[in-house]
Amino acid sequence: MSIQESVARAQTTLKEQPWRLFATQISVLVRNEVRRNLFTRRRIWVYLLALIPVIIIFLHYLLDKNRSPSQLEEDTFVLAGIVQFYYLRLGIFFACMGIFTWLFRGEMVDRTLHYQFLVPVRKEVLVVGKFIAGCIISIALFETAVLACFSITYLRLGSTGSSYVFEGPGLSQLGSYLLVTALACLGYGAVFLALSVLFKNPIIPGAMLLGWEAIAPIFPSWAQRLSVTFYLKHLCPVKLPIEGPMAIFAVVAEPVSPFVAVFGLLCLTVAVLVLSCFLIHRLEVTYTAE
Amino acid sequence: MTPDARQIVFDNVSKFYGEVLGVNKVNFSLEPGITSLVGPNGSGKTTLMNLLTGLIKPSHGAIYVLGLTPQQPIQFFRQVGYCTQFDSFPPGTNGYDFIYWPLRLHGFGHDQATKLTNEALERAGMAQVARRKVAGYSKGMRQRIRLAQAIAHHPSVLVLDEPLNGLDPMARSESIALFEAIAKQGMHVIISSHILEEVDRISDRVVLMSSGYVVAEGQIKEVRREVRDHPMQILVRCSNAAKLASAAFELDHVVEAKILSDGQSVLVRTRDAEQFSLLLNKIVSTGLVEVDAVAPADDDVNSIYQYLIGSDGGPA
Repeated sequence: MSIQESVARAQTTLKEQPWRLFATQISVLVRNEVRRNLFTRRRIWVYLLALIPVIIIFLHYLLDKNRSPSQLEEDTFVLAGIVQFYYLRLGIFFACMGIFTWLFRGEMVDRTLHYQFLVPVRKEVLVVGKFIAGCIISIALFETAVLACFSITYLRLGSTGSSYVFEGPGLSQLGSYLLVTALACLGYGAVFLALSVLFKNPIIPGAMLLGWEAIAPIFPSWAQRLSVTFYLKHLCPVKLPIEGPMAIFAVVAEPVSPFVAVFGLLCLTVAVLVLSCFLIHRLEVTYTAE
Repeated sequence: MTPDARQIVFDNVSKFYGEVLGVNKVNFSLEPGITSLVGPNGSGKTTLMNLLTGLIKPSHGAIYVLGLTPQQPIQFFRQVGYCTQFDSFPPGTNGYDFIYWPLRLHGFGHDQATKLTNEALERAGMAQVARRKVAGYSKGMRQRIRLAQAIAHHPSVLVLDEPLNGLDPMARSESIALFEAIAKQGMHVIISSHILEEVDRISDRVVLMSSGYVVAEGQIKEVRREVRDHPMQILVRCSNAAKLASAAFELDHVVEAKILSDGQSVLVRTRDAEQFSLLLNKIVSTGLVEVDAVAPADDDVNSIYQYLIGSDGGPA
């Protein structure tokens, strides 16, 4: 078959099967983006964000010789605090800010976005492909980190930790932590992707978002639903005994079921992604303006 | 203007970057063949090409390429290949991947994409270095690998922004031959350049731009006729240059008649070439002067450009 025939045949096939084309394009985009954004020196700070608690817990494992069963409750609270306060509010937030805003703005800075805009790919497919790639990168990093934190915490306690994990609520808590981690990556990822399409410099809106996520609990229930942490809080398996001003970060004013929390966050993610799909059509390749 | 399935149509297109003018009120349609966009830096050539390919959107007006717009990317970019002037590449990519993966985004399977990649690399003369990282390429190689990517999917419209920049004479000549071969297949090739002699030689038509406006458009000779008010230079080699020069000065439309250093040639600048030809015939018929050769001295893009915008079209 000649090259011209190959081209004509491919084009006919693709015209008849657009969804197959979209799936192929998304898989190619995801592959390219993951290669470009996961294994790169530019992401070292993201690896550090994910690994700092792991390193601290590991040092604690090496240096703290107190491994009595009474430590179990304290270590469980420490792990819950690390996940709820560090990973969900800071680590994943800033990592997603770096990863997802870079998906489009990074290409503007590198002056390579035009390559993405000069291929027969719908802009919506481009958004979805990049979003999935960002999710794979962030979820892979933070799930690994949370899993490592959990493992080291309970490994340290020997048989007490082992029975807590395999015979007690440990595995269920691990499942919840992995679920909230993944959902945080999806939620923050979608929001930062939209911000990067909307703003030339998403740092300031990102800082405003951080502030909003912190103060959202003092707002009415309907407004809280516009924050990512609102949904995540309901899925955290260990309630932290916090008092004083910091309690605002842990308080659950209006409890909702885990199903509603998961479904709500997925709806929020999809809504923000759809918004990005509209916004991307306004994006122009004008590198000189960057 | 209505979109035509064979034409590229700019319908009253303007582009403003805030208050800065990119291009203004551009109206023309292009038939298949080689079209050159000529103008100094900042004249709007790249803006026009970016508008054509949808990288930027017009503030006013509409653009149709073979009846399609960039808002239909799947159909549009199967027909269009754009070799931009941006000398940047995805980090860490090699020449082969740079062509292969966009072809996969076109929807070609591995075998087809491999075949098309190898063919494009051969056509651009980059097959030997395809597996090397693009970061290690020379400027000319980077130019050619971008060209290879633009032609890899066999587009019907090839848009090339300064495609001869950075190429050595051999590569230039090969690239020009490639553009001509593509145009002969009935495709559109749109080239921007400030190397006027090269586009002059290969173009079927020219679009002259200045400060965001199209100042002339059409075949080079047609454009020349459009600017009939401007004096045209005619070189005459004859047996008695002084006599011819003095006869020419008697005509109103002759602005200048200069005897060249060889003493046998006269360079005449006239506002009416046809009238001057009649005079020449009359002189020849009287036998006072023997004319060896008559040739237009400025029927090329550069001269037209000088007339139109008072610039040589070189970089500003």
